[in-house]
Amino acid sequence: MKNALNKPILEYGSGFPTLLRKEIMRFYKVAFQTVAAPVLTAILYLMIFGHVLEGREMYGRLSYTAFLIPGLVMMTVLQNAFANTSSSLIQSKVTGNLVFVLLAPLSHFEFYAAYILAAVFRGIVVGLGVFLITAWYGLPGLEYPLWIMVFAFLGAAILGSLGLIAGIWADKYDQLAAFQNFFIMPATMLSGVFYSIHSLPPAWQIVSHFNPFFYMIDGFRYGFFGVSDISPWTSLIIVGSFFVVVSAIALQMLKKGYKLRH
Amino acid sequence: MHPAISIKNVSKNYGALQALNDVSLAIEPGEFFGLLGPNGAGKTTLISILAGLVKSDRGHAAIMGADVQKNFRDARRMLGVVPQELVFDPFFTVRETLQFQSGYFGIKNNDAWIEEIMANLDLINKADSNMRSLSGGMKRRVLVAQALVHRPPVIILDEPTAGVDVELRQSLWQFISRLNQDGHTIVLTTHYLEEAEALCQRIAMLKQGQIVALDTTPNLLIRYGSVKKDGEGKTDLEDVFVNIMSGGAL
Repeated sequence: MKNALNKPILEYGSGFPTLLRKEIMRFYKVAFQTVAAPVLTAILYLMIFGHVLEGREMYGRLSYTAFLIPGLVMMTVLQNAFANTSSSLIQSKVTGNLVFVLLAPLSHFEFYAAYILAAVFRGIVVGLGVFLITAWYGLPGLEYPLWIMVFAFLGAAILGSLGLIAGIWADKYDQLAAFQNFFIMPATMLSGVFYSIHSLPPAWQIVSHFNPFFYMIDGFRYGFFGVSDISPWTSLIIVGSFFVVVSAIALQMLKKGYKLRH
Repeated sequence: MHPAISIKNVSKNYGALQALNDVSLAIEPGEFFGLLGPNGAGKTTLISILAGLVKSDRGHAAIMGADVQKNFRDARRMLGVVPQELVFDPFFTVRETLQFQSGYFGIKNNDAWIEEIMANLDLINKADSNMRSLSGGMKRRVLVAQALVHRPPVIILDEPTAGVDVELRQSLWQFISRLNQDGHTIVLTTHYLEEAEALCQRIAMLKQGQIVALDTTPNLLIRYGSVKKDGEGKTDLEDVFVNIMSGGAL
């Protein structure tokens, strides 16, 4: 014992890879709840809305089911990315085990990167699961895969950051639920997952343009069909800017130790 | 050589409550040091400042010369903290918990040391058990193991034997005493004053956020002890504690 205890550790690496692995393991250990359940929910959406609204033509050439699939995939990516960071943080805060991460020599950048990349990973894994199963109903095109990947990554990173902000801010589960139910859910559902904004009255079209989630869905859908409600470059600029803003807020909260280091 | 722990003029307020008021203290490497005081005296706040969990309003704190805020990476690498609450991550086993804790400190290939800690704390049989399934005493051992995975030269134990049975308390103190004999600085807070008297070479007593007594254990017994009613004339740390808290001061 004495020799081992006194043996100096000559080289320390970063704690980031371990924190990332821990956050991935956390949702993997309950994959039935964190992966299978959201995939089932998305399939139910597709079955119900696809059946009721089949026959409608979107963008002049697409079946409604084909139009719906990318929206459902992206909605699942976003919701799961948010759930990963927010649930991890609120659970760790309430149970007190966040102290083990706070005691470690991790910078706020390492902390942020680990939580956000784990959220992106979960979002994309679940989104891929939804895509693979829903594609059986009607495979949408894959016109521009790079756009698909860019918007999936940025969307998941944004929602992961929002989940981190909400998880740090919330002291109780019901505060987190309020953030999710009164901000994330409406913004997601009104983002154009189930419709093209051109089908909306003019006033609601204008309102939709103030919803950053709309640009995530629209840009993502462009990658599948090569058509979208607005230019993917416009969406990229807005989504990219939103990512910078939410990341800056999350990093600042971590740097200051807001509600973490009193 | 730097003190193991250096605290200079540290103050901390929570709103109107003054948790620490201009506390200064130096603990030398290799000491077994006791930090005593009634509930709410500021012990846990002081420990939290050293661990970087709480930011002081004024003053500075350092671990082996590394400022806990400006040079937080070095300070945290040299400090192991056993928290007061029985906290654990319910998703993982004992072994995974220790491997993750080691990884947070950026230490690779630490499995041999983790096995050795588990062996010394009688955790081997529970290594692959989920943390949820452990008794309170076993969870306490895991907390101690987590504080040791990165081989810190300074170890702080915040009431480590609260709610722990006699057998575990004794085995825990044997283990901690060995760490101290091996050169580790130990800082202990406890409400079991007989444990502090038996283990600590030096003791500081906190009252309402201020240090009201600081000396070697024998000197405290001489200065603040009183003759007991049993007539044997033997005093103990409980006497000293009561005398100091009821008005006596440094």
